[in-house]
Amino acid sequence: MSKLESKIPEGPIETKWSKYKSSVPLVNPSNKRNLEILIVGSGLAGASAAASLAELGYKVKVFCFQDSPRRAHSIAAQGGINAAKNYQNDGDSTYRLFYDTIKGGDYRAREGNVHRLAEVSSSIIDQCVAQGVPFAREYGGLLSNRSFGGTQVQRTFYAAGQTGQQLLLGAYSAMERQVGMGTVQMFARHEMLDLVTIDGKARGIIAKNLVTGELERYFGHAVLLCSGGYGNVFYLSTNAMGANVTAIWRAHKQGAVMGNPCFTQIHPTCIPVSGDHQSKLTLMSESLRNDGRIWVPIKQGDDRSPNDIPEEERDYYLERRYPAFGNLVPRDVASRAAKERCDAGFGVGPSKMAVYLDFKFNMMRYGRVEASKQGLPNATDEEILKLGKEVIKEKYGNLFDMYKQITGDNPYEASMRIYPAVHYTMGGLWVDYDLMTTVPGLYCLGEANFSDHGANRLGASALMQGLADGYYVIPYTIGAYLSKEIATKAIDTNHPAFVESEQRVQKVLDTLLNIKGTKTVESFHKRLGKIMWDKCGMARNEKGLKEAIVEIQALRKEYWSDLRIPGVQHEFNPELDRAFRVADFLELGELMCIDALNRHESCGGHFREESQTEEGEALRDDENFAYVSVWDYKGESQWELFKEELKFENIKIAQRSYK
Amino acid sequence: MSHGSMKINLKVWRQKNAQAKGNFEDHIVNEVSPDMSFLEMIDVLNESIVNKGDEPIAFDHDCREGICGTCSLYINGRPHGPLEGVTTCQLHMRSFNDGDTITVEPWRAKAFPVVRDLVVDRSAFDRIIAAGGYISVNTGNAQDANCLPINKEDADDAFMSASCIGCGACVAACKNASAMLFVAAKVSQLAKLPQGQPERYTRVASMVAQMDKEGFGACTNTGACSAECPKEISLTNIAQLNRDYMRAKFLENA
Repeated sequence: MSKLESKIPEGPIETKWSKYKSSVPLVNPSNKRNLEILIVGSGLAGASAAASLAELGYKVKVFCFQDSPRRAHSIAAQGGINAAKNYQNDGDSTYRLFYDTIKGGDYRAREGNVHRLAEVSSSIIDQCVAQGVPFAREYGGLLSNRSFGGTQVQRTFYAAGQTGQQLLLGAYSAMERQVGMGTVQMFARHEMLDLVTIDGKARGIIAKNLVTGELERYFGHAVLLCSGGYGNVFYLSTNAMGANVTAIWRAHKQGAVMGNPCFTQIHPTCIPVSGDHQSKLTLMSESLRNDGRIWVPIKQGDDRSPNDIPEEERDYYLERRYPAFGNLVPRDVASRAAKERCDAGFGVGPSKMAVYLDFKFNMMRYGRVEASKQGLPNATDEEILKLGKEVIKEKYGNLFDMYKQITGDNPYEASMRIYPAVHYTMGGLWVDYDLMTTVPGLYCLGEANFSDHGANRLGASALMQGLADGYYVIPYTIGAYLSKEIATKAIDTNHPAFVESEQRVQKVLDTLLNIKGTKTVESFHKRLGKIMWDKCGMARNEKGLKEAIVEIQALRKEYWSDLRIPGVQHEFNPELDRAFRVADFLELGELMCIDALNRHESCGGHFREESQTEEGEALRDDENFAYVSVWDYKGESQWELFKEELKFENIKIAQRSYK
Repeated sequence: MSHGSMKINLKVWRQKNAQAKGNFEDHIVNEVSPDMSFLEMIDVLNESIVNKGDEPIAFDHDCREGICGTCSLYINGRPHGPLEGVTTCQLHMRSFNDGDTITVEPWRAKAFPVVRDLVVDRSAFDRIIAAGGYISVNTGNAQDANCLPINKEDADDAFMSASCIGCGACVAACKNASAMLFVAAKVSQLAKLPQGQPERYTRVASMVAQMDKEGFGACTNTGACSAECPKEISLTNIAQLNRDYMRAKFLENA
């Protein structure tokens, strides 16, 4: 790679996208029918892109490792999706959503992309409703909104605590409609293991059929990676068990550069770890902070049950430290504040690594409204609480049930215990305004790219970005490239580039199976996760990061000499599939530490202990670090750093404050 | 590494692939903690199997928080085990006793062939959705979302139907291996919404035709599907499907 071109259109921010749309080259319908597009991943970004591109007439093939495209991890998103509809008349606008997102990302995202995201947000809600997505509604029949962190308006649309599920099923249905029409071909239980490039352009993929173990070759005029985030590098995260970095990592090794790989979101409200058998962590939606209050006891080591701790002995530390935003501060701020209290000895629960999230105050508030509506002016506190519980149940019933299942405790009766956990990765493949990576013809959408959230993503913005990219951005931007490809005939997959790529994958699989060592994939993954969490997690420092790099290199060496994988390639062999994924995580982890070490400032979710204010808030260094760190792969443990300078022409860059 | 103190005896279905003949295999899992999920208990067992040099038990799982619909398992004769309203990944070992013997099988249905051990192929569900489980609206066609007010009760009802996770427990629970509850949930969700009206009757007819083609059994209104559904999808969805289906057939013949 020689230089980075973000290709942000000229002109005022408000007209960049509309002007772009009016001038981007088009592909005529008869040519679209001859152009093939491969899409890896079937979550919000992948499914919405597949449906929209097939509707336009392109020939689409979609790949997912799950047994059905409907199971992509977007399905687990709980709280909601943002859109600047201003239905609540509370001062929202495209500019305000743009501003909140840039500020929430701690001024480390690109203005052009974020403004476009805010612009298309409204259309997403329209499209989803037209598809039959059952968003929550008010009694008048219109859509309901709720609050999320980092904003002071109500712009979040939701479907109970299952918003991701409903949006994904909408996109999935739209895609299945195209499958029925023969314009999309679906390949479930297929995992992309390599990118095929010909003359520097992305021209296909090598995928493993996970049922038969066969390697298969697929050609496309363009390839879209919509494979999600890589939070599982930490072993314990809120990601699904199968979520992995392999698709983008293989592309990275073929020349697609990575942007801000160390930017990780640690979500403040997850169910705490209960033991070393733990395989994953479960999120309790941020929307709960809308109606909940986070606290710890005023006394250190207070072992009383939360219900026995009176109001005056509770420290609602977010409300105390951040009176303007209170419990609705952004995720990075809330997570660090929880860690600070626990590290200082105020943590609760058996591990002391947890804080309380209480709903009683708001149950009473809702209860009083209900009592008034039902004409019960003399209702007792107990009756009011009962009515309030019903309201909370309607809003968050499934989350409360989930909490009860996992912990065995009833959150309707006592405060929940929560602690931060790895949730989302803002970093990913670097893309330009067209969502194209540095490999021509290779695009990256949704969580897998680095583009819109800077150093910290605001709640309810992941769903927005995934669907914006798939429904409203790629159908336009892909034309800029494909309009020049109409003369390219489908390339035979016996082309030497396909053969070579397949051999590369085969070699990795053979090597993995022939180690015949003594340790399981699981054990290595756990050890990698511990290094990452301890040294590249919520707080990072130079010494720890340098140690982590050495430890990861050593662990990787051990992996390739002492791994044990049972069975053979040509069968359904989940251990082998996982081994391939963990091998990539072992390389990614090192790059994340290198990136974190390079960024000698704190911003958003990236907290360098050496760079903080006197009050312990993240301290940015705009003079030296107002750039995207872009890493080009040069061979094992070797990367070259490029910098994309971030220019803020529409928002005044300032130290972030939620006080 | 120690976890807990429960001892569990497992009888697990093993089957190399769709063609192979399967059999039950006995395993003992020691040091089980009541806080472990059922799947984490199998993780622990699988670690010990791999450490012994054998092949681990294959089972489907992904989100492990009860929403993706990937996990399955027929536990002691019940899909997703003994609790109501939860998936296997949300089932914790505190629901069992020290010393229990637990039988674990895959979903058993002609339309869900076994892939390996406890893993089955549920792609028939995707084909049923592709046959009509959608509203035909291309991206960009939509009007402003609030131009279409929907009675809250209808919206809430549609949401309840839409909460189906497509896990297939209904098929596994049914003595006829019928997919009626799954199909009915999608049919009802869209039938209750104004957006779903234009294709309402063609939709139900095509989805039912595809369901029959996949080899699912007929519905005899036993109700095991709804009783075992981890999302507690109601039988009224099936009544709705039947009403719409009859109307569709009547319209076809009229």
